[in-house]
Amino acid sequence: MLLVYIEVREGKIKKASLETLSEGKRLADEMNMETAAVFVGSALDGLASEAFSFGAGKVYILDNSLLSQYSPSGYTEALFSLTEEIKPKILLMAATAMGRDLAPRLAAKLDVSLASDCTQVKVNNGELEVVRPLFAGKALASFRFKSSPVMATLRPNVFPLAEKTEGTGETIKKEVDVGDDKVKDRVAEVVRAEGNELDISEAEIIISGGRGMKGPENFDMLRELSGILPNAAVGASRAAVDAEWIDHQNQVGQTGKTVSPDLYMAFGISGAIQHLAGMTSSKFIVAVNKDPDAPIFKIADFGVIGDLFKIIPPLQEELKKVVEE
Amino acid sequence: MNIFVFVKRVPDTESKIRIDREHNTVIEEELNFVLSPYDEYAVEEALRVREAAGGKVTVFSIGPDEAKVTLKKALAMGADEAVLIKDDAPEAYDGLRIAKIISRLIKDKYPDYDLLLFGKQSVGADNSQVPAMVAEILALPQVNVVTKLDIDDNQGTAIREIEGAAEKVSFPLPAVISAQKGLNEPRYETLKGIMMAKRKEIPLISLQDLGLTEEELLPQLELIKMDNPPAREAGKVIEEEPEEAAKKLVEFLHKEAKVI
Repeated sequence: MLLVYIEVREGKIKKASLETLSEGKRLADEMNMETAAVFVGSALDGLASEAFSFGAGKVYILDNSLLSQYSPSGYTEALFSLTEEIKPKILLMAATAMGRDLAPRLAAKLDVSLASDCTQVKVNNGELEVVRPLFAGKALASFRFKSSPVMATLRPNVFPLAEKTEGTGETIKKEVDVGDDKVKDRVAEVVRAEGNELDISEAEIIISGGRGMKGPENFDMLRELSGILPNAAVGASRAAVDAEWIDHQNQVGQTGKTVSPDLYMAFGISGAIQHLAGMTSSKFIVAVNKDPDAPIFKIADFGVIGDLFKIIPPLQEELKKVVEE
Repeated sequence: MNIFVFVKRVPDTESKIRIDREHNTVIEEELNFVLSPYDEYAVEEALRVREAAGGKVTVFSIGPDEAKVTLKKALAMGADEAVLIKDDAPEAYDGLRIAKIISRLIKDKYPDYDLLLFGKQSVGADNSQVPAMVAEILALPQVNVVTKLDIDDNQGTAIREIEGAAEKVSFPLPAVISAQKGLNEPRYETLKGIMMAKRKEIPLISLQDLGLTEEELLPQLELIKMDNPPAREAGKVIEEEPEEAAKKLVEFLHKEAKVI
């Protein structure tokens, strides 16, 4: 069996979990394996159907009121009890903030190694093989697994969602036994960022600004641009973050986030190597910079040499026209 | 307060990574090695907790002799002691292997602690595995990717970063914490600190001292290939009046990239 952990935030399934389930189902079919999904928490009724429609043949719901909020120890305990019982051969999670926190803890409990943040997965001679970026993407490494179950987390926004089907299957609800002493690291409160902005790791379009933005107030121009485009978020270079023009959550690059959106637009970013590493796997890259020698032009699909402050206003108008059509 | 910090020696983030394809390793020649940036936040936070609550900061690294330089940097920042666990094995990018070494070290040699601090990931392996694995093996609460930490007696409160939001966690000590950028602003070493660090003995512990056999530590992830990503080719670059440039850019987004 191939088991996929499905993350739920505020009553909704994370898109990255459905991407992982979609990929899991493809792999399981190739390996003639059953695909199952597992939810952990409480009050999760009604979510199983979505897992069925993305390919799960079976859904496990691990319920305990102590797990209504995330706790790495508690969720590990719950998932461990299930894996001990059903013995999956492969265990996958999305490499979200929660997945990156939970998967290694569970792997240690299972005494298996873990491949984090994989960007390719394939079956080779009946065995799973993964590719994961090292050095924020400056290198790519392929791994095979020697320990079992095979455990990997998959990077969000990389694997395509499967076509939704009318699938159904068996739902197995289990009351899991997790004591108070196992939830000592339980989340007490989720603090929302202002404006409920989309995170760059989940955005399909990233509009990024660098030193050339000249000051924090000018990032509003980028926010307006991202407001016009669907599923867009504002990113930044390290220079802009270190100057405190924008929060570190928005930083792209080796001490920020590695991203692979459909479109990456870089405004006033020259393209330091640590920045390029974090965004070079984007599908399309656009750069606007007044320096014709900026390294970013060497990797951009479309470059505009010019003053970003003069280009952004007509760009907004043109974009609005096309989007409205 | 007895605080342990675990640090790693890594190539700085401006490094170009060249690969020895025969051995699947990074070519170390010409690389400038530094204390991994997130580990630097962890060291700084340890010093701040010590300054507020009293106690001692001990810094550990697992690696070759060269990692002493990294430990000296932490000592120069103000750490009290530093210990090198000597490990000459090539980088395996297997978090479990390192977590096993750290857990054994703590259980056998350093069982008295209140706080275990890490960087949220090492720059390079980019795994984000070791802190959570150590927490599990030692049955401790964990909070990773922390941007704010308050320690009050035997109780801690941390803010951890998630997508577009943050989680607040209160937990009892001892606990495992991993640092995210934004947690603090690491201090520079003082001249006095550098002089003291120079004189400080760094004890060595071998993997044999910890009773760990090669077999136990054999990586369970088999590295089969390592390469640089395919190079991107430069596309079209235009230099025109802003209105015209904007029009052409939107046309590209619409017709070629097809994102709008």
